[in-house]
Formats: sequence, C-alpha cells, structure tokens
Amino acid sequence: MFRYFSLAVKNISRNKRRSTLTILSMAVSLCLLGVLIAMYHALYFGEETPGQALRLITRHKVSLGQAIPYAYEDKIRRVPGVREVSAWNWFGGTYKDNREAKNFFARLGVEPKQFFTIRTQLIMPDDQRRAFVTDKTGCIISSDLAKKLNFKIGDRITLLGDIYPVNLELKVVGIFDDPDVSDTLFFNADYLRDALPLARRNLNSTIAILADSPDNVPRIARAIDDMFAEASPPTKTESEAQFALSFVSFIGNIKLFLISICAAVTFTILLVSGNTMAMAVRERIREVGVLKTLGFTTEKILGIIVGEAITIAFVGGIVGLVFAALLSVAVGKIAATVVPQLHNLSMTPITAGIAMGVAVAVGLISSLLPAWNAARTNILDSLRYAG
Amino acid sequence: MAIPISYNVRNLVVRKTTTLMTAAGIAMTVAVLLAVLGLVSGLRTAFAETGDPLRLLVLRKGGNAELTSLFTQEQFQIVKVFPGIATWPDGSPKASLEVVTIINLPNVDNPEGANVTLRGVSLRGAEMRKLKIINGRWFRPGQREITVGKSIVKRYPQAQLGKQLKFGKGYWTIVGVMDGGQSAVNSEIFGDANQVSSDFNRPDTYSSALLQATDEVTAAALRKSLEADRRLNVTVWTEREYYAAQMVSAGPISFLGYFVCIIMAVGSSFAAMNTMYAAVARRSKEIGTLRILGFTRGSILLSFFLESLLLALVGGILACIIVLPLNNVTTGLGNFITFSETSFNFRIGPVVMIIGLLFSLILGALGGLLPARQAAQKEILTALREA
Repeated sequence: MFRYFSLAVKNISRNKRRSTLTILSMAVSLCLLGVLIAMYHALYFGEETPGQALRLITRHKVSLGQAIPYAYEDKIRRVPGVREVSAWNWFGGTYKDNREAKNFFARLGVEPKQFFTIRTQLIMPDDQRRAFVTDKTGCIISSDLAKKLNFKIGDRITLLGDIYPVNLELKVVGIFDDPDVSDTLFFNADYLRDALPLARRNLNSTIAILADSPDNVPRIARAIDDMFAEASPPTKTESEAQFALSFVSFIGNIKLFLISICAAVTFTILLVSGNTMAMAVRERIREVGVLKTLGFTTEKILGIIVGEAITIAFVGGIVGLVFAALLSVAVGKIAATVVPQLHNLSMTPITAGIAMGVAVAVGLISSLLPAWNAARTNILDSLRYAG
Repeated sequence: MAIPISYNVRNLVVRKTTTLMTAAGIAMTVAVLLAVLGLVSGLRTAFAETGDPLRLLVLRKGGNAELTSLFTQEQFQIVKVFPGIATWPDGSPKASLEVVTIINLPNVDNPEGANVTLRGVSLRGAEMRKLKIINGRWFRPGQREITVGKSIVKRYPQAQLGKQLKFGKGYWTIVGVMDGGQSAVNSEIFGDANQVSSDFNRPDTYSSALLQATDEVTAAALRKSLEADRRLNVTVWTEREYYAAQMVSAGPISFLGYFVCIIMAVGSSFAAMNTMYAAVARRSKEIGTLRILGFTRGSILLSFFLESLLLALVGGILACIIVLPLNNVTTGLGNFITFSETSFNFRIGPVVMIIGLLFSLILGALGGLLPARQAAQKEILTALREA
C-alpha cells in the first residue's frame, strides 16, 4: 500500500493551488472543530483538580437565591467523612458601576479560618493569610482579578449592597492563586453579619464541605440531602464540579449548541473534501484507464485516490490543530469570565486525537464515492473520456 | 457588453454536483449565523414587548434586579400618592407592590430543574400589564392559587392547568394560563402578593413597585421626583430599560455563535474559491471564444464574479430552508439579573433572512474575486490552446 504513497503525494502537488485551498479550508474548519471539542471536553469531561475532587457544595434545593439556615452548618459537620465546613455567602452588590462588565466579579463572605482549610490548593503568603483572619474589614482577591482591575495590597474597595442593605468598606489584605477560583473577592462574613439588623443575620447562601477522601464524596452528598429531606428548606448537595456545571446549563443549552455546531462543521469539511476529490478524479479518468492498462487493479486505484484524500485531510488537520492550540488558549481566557471551567482551555492529546480522527475519517468517506466511480469505469470508456 | 446571466446559470446547472456541494458548504456557515441571529432576535422580542415606557419599576437604591431589591409597605404608601401616576376608574392609583422570588422546576432541557420567576402581585397589578387569560382564570386573593405564563406550560411538564406545584410552605394550584404576547411574562408565574410573601417569610420586605404614568413627560418627571425623595432612597427604571438590560443573557451563546460563524466563513470562502478556480480552468477555451466574440476583459471578470455570487446565493437560500424549521421553536436562556430562565421562540424573520443572504453574498464575493480576475487576465491565444 505504502509503495503508492508517493503517487498520492505526486497527485496532490499537481494542482498546487487546489490542494492548498483545500488544505486551508479544511485547516480552518478543523481548527474550529478542535476548539469546540476542547470546550466540550473541558466542560463535560474536565479532570477535577485534587482539591475539587474533595469538595462538595450544599445549597437550598429550590434555588440558589435563597439562604439555608445557619444551624445546618453544625449538623453537616457531624456527617461522617466531613473534614471541614465553611459557609459561603453571595453578597452580590455593586462595585463602582454595574454597566461596565469588568466591574462584575464574584463577592463572597466567608469564615477565614475554615476557608483556608477547605481551599487546599490556595496559594498565598502566610502574613497575608494571618491578615485576613485577624482584620475583619480585610478582603482577599484572586490574582486575575487583581490584574484586571489593578488592585494592590492596601487598596480600599467599596461594595454597595443590594441583597443586603449595607455597604462594605473593604481593604485588600491578600492576593491569592487557586486553580479553581477566578474573578473572585472573598471578605470576612462576620463584617457583614455585624452590620446587619438582627433579623437578617442568617446569611448562608451555600455551604462548602471538605471531605476526607474523594471516594466519600457521593456518600456524603447523599447523607446530607437525606438528613434534610423533610426539613424546611430541603438541600441539594453536589460535588464542586457538578455545582459549577449547573451554572453552565443555566446560561443555555450549551451542550446541544456545541454538538450541533460540531456536526455542521464536520459536514462542511466533508463537502469541501468531497468536492475537491470529485474535481480531481474527473480530470484523471483517462489516467485511470492508463493505470489499468498497465495492470493496476481496481483496489489499488481505489487505494491511491483514497490515500490522496486522507493525506490532504491529514495535512489540513495538522495545520488546523496548530492554530487551534493557539486559539483555544485565547478563547479560554475570554470565555472564563462567564464560564470559569474554560479558564485554562487548551488542546490536550485526547482532543487533538479526536479532531485528527475526524479529519482522517472525513478524508476516507468523502473520497470513497468518487474513487469508486473512477476505479470501476472500464478501460475503454475511461480512455475514450474527453474530460 | 455584459455576458448574459443565463450563461452563468447554465454553467452552474451543468456542474450540478460541484455547485450543490459548494453551495451546501456555504449553507452550513450561513445556517449557523441564522440560528444565532434568530435566537438573539427572539430574545429581543421577548424583552422589548415586556417593556412599556410608561411603566416605571421602583427598586431599592442602586438596584438593577427585582430579585435582589427590597421594598417595604411604608415606602409603597409614600410612592403611590406621587403625582403623575395614572388612576383606575375608581380613582385609586395604578401602582402595584410586588414580591419577586424564584422557584425551581424540572423542564425538558434540565431534568435537574431550572429557575422560574414567581411574582406575587395584586389582581390589579396583573391587570396593569394587559395580559390575556387563555385558559382558566386569575388566582384569587388570599388563596394558594397561581396563574402561569403560556411558555411555562409548554416547557415545564409539571406546570399544567389544574395540577399542583410544591414550593414555599406547601402546594399551590394552577388555576389559569396567561398570555403576554411575546413578552417575558410568559416565563413567569403570578400569585397573590400577600400569600407569596408570607410563604417566603418576607411579610414586610417586598421587592419592588410598578407604577403606570399618565404620559411620557410625566413619566420622566415622576421618575426624577421619586429618585430625589430622601425618604425613599430608590432607583427607578422604565420597564423597557429594565428588560433591555437583560439582553445580556444572549451574550455567551451569541459570542460563541459569531465566533464560529467567522471561522466557518473563512473556510467556506476558500471552498468557493476552489470551485471557481476549477470553473475557470475548465472553461479556458470558452473564455478565449468569448473574447474573440468581442466581450471585454471587464465583462469576463463581471461574469465569473456574478457566477460566484449566484453560487453563494444558492447556499444562502439553502441555509434559509435549513433553519426555517427552527422558527418559533421555544428555548430558554437564563441570566444573572433575574437568576431565572426566560423562555422565548426563535424568530427567523425576513430581516434575519436578508442578513443571512447578504452574508452568503459576501462569502461568494470573497471566493470569486481572485478566480474571476484570473479568467479576465487570460490571453486569447493561450486560453484557446489550453486543454
């Protein structure tokens, strides 16, 4: 088979412009396909980080917007396998001006000590950690947010409340890195609690839980939800990754959207490749007659033509994936503001493998029909063919 | 003199496989654009029709969402006597104190449940919105009864007339289905304000007030005087502005859609270019003949360019046919202002289709210009001599 590979390559280089255009067209589409598959993979098959694999989130069963009682925290702490529990309070609010998208970031009230236990992968200098624990008006921010809004340690940040009728005057005491947190400000929940009237001090939006081992996570989730099944309000507990995914499905049916676009792109590549091969074969019907006269079998001719299409698709795929590798990083950065799971989107070997598989399959399928038509034409007809 | 367009049409018909394959490739790209535009246009209709410029929404200071706003009975007593508010025949002001919260219901796309806006209003508050009851009747004050929007019935299997939903402190009976035209109210559930607020433990803290102004000038004045009143401390939006701000929910999906479209457009232009180069190469003799007959280089250029546009237009029309079944299909998008899902219909209207056809022409122009120039530059003798 490979003896004829050089023949396939020769054929490709005969009409350089057509081959180049086909390869470029396929490269562009495969680049897109690569990025889309990478997104799909990151969203639905994303590897959990070691910290994520240990964490769960408990929330109000009906909706995220409603608080769960403070007393739940202690009850959850007593569930076997739970190492630490920390309440997270969504403050909402306004920073400067809501109309500018960059001023929107997550603001969460936490209990600093428990918070540091639970965020196992959080990186921040010890003096900053101490400052967050001791300074009630202190806040810490993720490094990407610090960069975006140019915050430095010691800066003052004022948040106007909307869910809560208070304004927070915060001081930046730390800047952290955490693989699972971006665009977020954490402040001391006690500061908020003390500023509120007694009747409204029951703040918890969600409760974050650290399990002692990843294997216990599903059991803990079930145990918590069973415990509160008949309580008011009932809870819903899921792993941190699932919780994040529920936000994605909230934006819209992204899954269906990605699948249908991938299908449309694949179909387009199929058409492009098929069209090129049909044009190439039509020009060569006479040659096929000559090859047959020389003793080439139908199968060999079929192989040469299909091999040519697969080679084009393969080259297109490689070029496309090189661009996809660059593009996916850029897209991930932009998309991360809405869908944090995409913040380090990149071409993984699996994604690249799937995209190349599609490319080769497209080359094969698209060339079968034209190749078969050419190969089975009988010698006399093909030699007589005027082109 | 121009070469008759029928020459191009016949050429496209003769090479029908190539024509169809190239056009189908263009059609895929245009179809993606049309689907995204249809989505955005559907959502815009939903929000635009909800917003009446004469209706004012009063929220707490700095508030941009009913869900996170707080509004008390006392504030309402002050607001409803402001001058400029339209009156009912009995002389009482057209003002409605409302409580807005969200509940979670499983639907077709999200078996885990999607968030739905629950609005506690008075019957007059419902009447202010000029809604039609298409089935059943309005909820009765003081009863655990609800009237649901027509999209809710379509998307949520549990929410059917006569059935019961469990939220708040118990079961609520669905007694009617309301029709708000194309508006976002179709995705809401209405119940008695007092009943809803007591079920959600907020007897004193409602969410917002809706006022009907007599005309646009008084609306502006009313807004100013409300915002200036120090007793109130409120922000006022016209209903139209408020819903327009929620167009952000189309952001992530349309960003992804346009991104895909642009990349696919590049690929399709290359494919069209390929087809046109092949057309020029195959018709070399014809070009020579046309030149001998006295057609200028300019008319050859124009002719091939037009042929490329025609080819792309076939693709554009194909795309319209492909996406037409999507018209009026109901889908839902969530946003982080209401924290709930708005159902709306795809709208593939004439404007959207014209944009799609123009887009296909652009693709044709990009793909056709270089091959057409090559055709025009051929020397008569060499053209005639080419195979």
